[in-house]
Amino acid sequence: MCLSQHFWQFLVPGITLGCLYALIAIGYTLVYGVLQLINFAHSEVFMTGGFAGLFMVQALTNSGVVPHGAQSWLDMFLGLSCGAVFGGIVAFLLERVAYRPLRRRNAPRLIYLITAIGASLFLYNLAGKLFGRDKVNIPAMYTNGVVFTVFGAQVRVQQVIIICAAVGMMLLLDVVVNRTKLGSGIRAVAQDSRTASLMGVNINRVISQTFVIGGLLGGAAGFLFGAYLNVHYQMGFLPGIKGFAAAVLGGIGNIRGAMIGGLLLGIVESLSQSCMSSQWIDVVAFVVLILVLMFRPTGILGQRLGRAA
Amino acid sequence: MSQVGGLPIRVKQSRKVDPRLVRLFGWLVLGALLRLMTVTTEGTSTNHLLVVDAAFKSTKLIGWLVAGFIMWVLTELWRARKIGALVTSRTTGVRRQWRTVADRALSRRAALLAVVVAAIVLPQFLSEFYQRVLVDQVAVFVLLAVGLNVVVGWAGLLDLGYVAFFAIGAYTCAYFTGALPVAPPFTLNPFVILPVAVVVCLVAGLLLGAPTLRLRGDYLAIVTLGFHEIVQLFLVNKNNWTGGNQGVSKPVPHFSINLFGIHYKWTLASLPYWYLFIGMLAIVVFLFSRLEHSKVGRSWTAVREDEVAAAANGVPTVKYKLMAFAIGASTSGLAGVLYASRLGYINPASFPVVLSISVLSYVIFGGMGSIIGVIAGSALLTFLPAVFQEQNIVRQEDIPMWIGAILVTMMLVRPQGLIPSRRRRRELRLASEGVADADAMSEAPEGRGTG
Repeated sequence: MCLSQHFWQFLVPGITLGCLYALIAIGYTLVYGVLQLINFAHSEVFMTGGFAGLFMVQALTNSGVVPHGAQSWLDMFLGLSCGAVFGGIVAFLLERVAYRPLRRRNAPRLIYLITAIGASLFLYNLAGKLFGRDKVNIPAMYTNGVVFTVFGAQVRVQQVIIICAAVGMMLLLDVVVNRTKLGSGIRAVAQDSRTASLMGVNINRVISQTFVIGGLLGGAAGFLFGAYLNVHYQMGFLPGIKGFAAAVLGGIGNIRGAMIGGLLLGIVESLSQSCMSSQWIDVVAFVVLILVLMFRPTGILGQRLGRAA
Repeated sequence: MSQVGGLPIRVKQSRKVDPRLVRLFGWLVLGALLRLMTVTTEGTSTNHLLVVDAAFKSTKLIGWLVAGFIMWVLTELWRARKIGALVTSRTTGVRRQWRTVADRALSRRAALLAVVVAAIVLPQFLSEFYQRVLVDQVAVFVLLAVGLNVVVGWAGLLDLGYVAFFAIGAYTCAYFTGALPVAPPFTLNPFVILPVAVVVCLVAGLLLGAPTLRLRGDYLAIVTLGFHEIVQLFLVNKNNWTGGNQGVSKPVPHFSINLFGIHYKWTLASLPYWYLFIGMLAIVVFLFSRLEHSKVGRSWTAVREDEVAAAANGVPTVKYKLMAFAIGASTSGLAGVLYASRLGYINPASFPVVLSISVLSYVIFGGMGSIIGVIAGSALLTFLPAVFQEQNIVRQEDIPMWIGAILVTMMLVRPQGLIPSRRRRRELRLASEGVADADAMSEAPEGRGTG
């Protein structure tokens, strides 16, 4: 069987990609939890994070010299936070400008989706206009050496950084959602927004906060993804759809589900690379999505942010 | 801190900024954004802030900011009912009169006749460039939009893979005319391929719709988007079947008639194709307008307005949703055959995902659910960009950006579209009062499909 031969070689990048998908999927799932709608423009939050991180790193590094030691930690950290902050800002603005007026008018869900699609189209083409339409590499922030090998598969610095950063953020999010007042607000709105508002929860503020949290993670994922591959004005499209597929796979509206779904999707996608030519890789996510929707539409862990998270 | 009954109660002081100032800020930001959008320099990968620089270090920025300020003043006056009362008192009477005139069946027929005559006569006087725009852009997209209107406007389903069926139709045409690397069992005239492509797309639509239409409506959007991507990947990667990125290997032949002693062959000239296209469009529009108020059309309305109630009243919702989806797909396939034969050359890049979204925006812009609105909207939004491009006002690459901006603005300001159908306008008003649904986006009442 094709799998057994290069299992570990494909597993490591699979986990790396899976962590990024999980970060994106959380953004979809959070918004779905509180508003019951798919934020199609989330992929552009991701793209913004990539560009913001790129500019930050470009400003920090001088050309040609690969930094090391404390300098590369600083670059990495500032790039990541810049990506996250700008992702959060774009998500916040999206909610303010595009969603809140619709919510006030109690618009049908079709209108939300179309608005989100329009916003997405607008944002990525604006980015293409402003920053050029070529693929850009984020300057190297560290020497990408091999850290260790697992059963013959090399694990590189970059992969370790992505996995650690993503897992760290996800743990932090889990604590925020389950242990803090902010988190209980989000869970309350997800469970029953009307009752939550009767209990004194400021729904509009909670929704804003939810978008910002999703945007922070999405923007950070954009930066990590950009450092892994490259930054491009259309970079959000495929990871966006895959992140959504991951969210559905794990059970949309369920945060831990999104994490598991993302990881699983990344691994499946990467492992199937050993069985088929890499041109067809993007099909895997869609096939997974359609199969999940057909056979277990509630996903692995089931829906409802309020109950299962 | 204030004391109530001995207990300290913290009273939160709300630091509210004057909403008028917030709105001023919004208008100014909008002005700056419009300056960014209209700047003519194109960004590069080496100097990322080039465009931002060019946009904000120019005197034109001041013009846009002033325009934003003026808009703010006007809207504030409107809000304060200074201008608003004046204008509405003048216009309501006129509007009411206009409504009654517009509603009268006779005047509607006269308007229809005028449009048809204009469509037949006017293109004669246009230059070759605009004739080509009319056929390659306006006619194709109007046909596509009329088909998508059935899916989005009438059945309330969001189909983002609509252009995938367009591609399937076009490649079916290429296959049966022998233009693809794989030889067909027999070659056909494009006219004969029309029904074949309609059937192929119908089947494709049924295959895609059957598993997904049972689910929540918003999943359909993303699954169809994925379907488009799969079709695209298939066209690119199956080189030995589709010719890959290079496209078809031989030109797709033009339409020709060779029946009962009549011989006619369409050529590269635009006008004959224009008449062929509007002929097809007339047939499609006639059929669809018959459907609109038939049992099928009324079932779509029922499904769209309240799926649960429709199911409770015995409307087989999945069946009718599937029907709308398949009818849309086959219209798209029909347009694909016409498109392939007209251009003679197709490749996967002719059917990007953004095209599906463009067609959707034409439907929305024109007014979901109203055929006249959809035709007007798509004709405007395809003809105007061509004019702007010709006059060098807007770069071709920026058109999707403007389309996105139009979509968002339209949804925020006038969600019913340019020429809305009366029914949809009512639905949106009811929805804002929390009564009706206006789309088929909620959970399908038949429950979740279990395979």
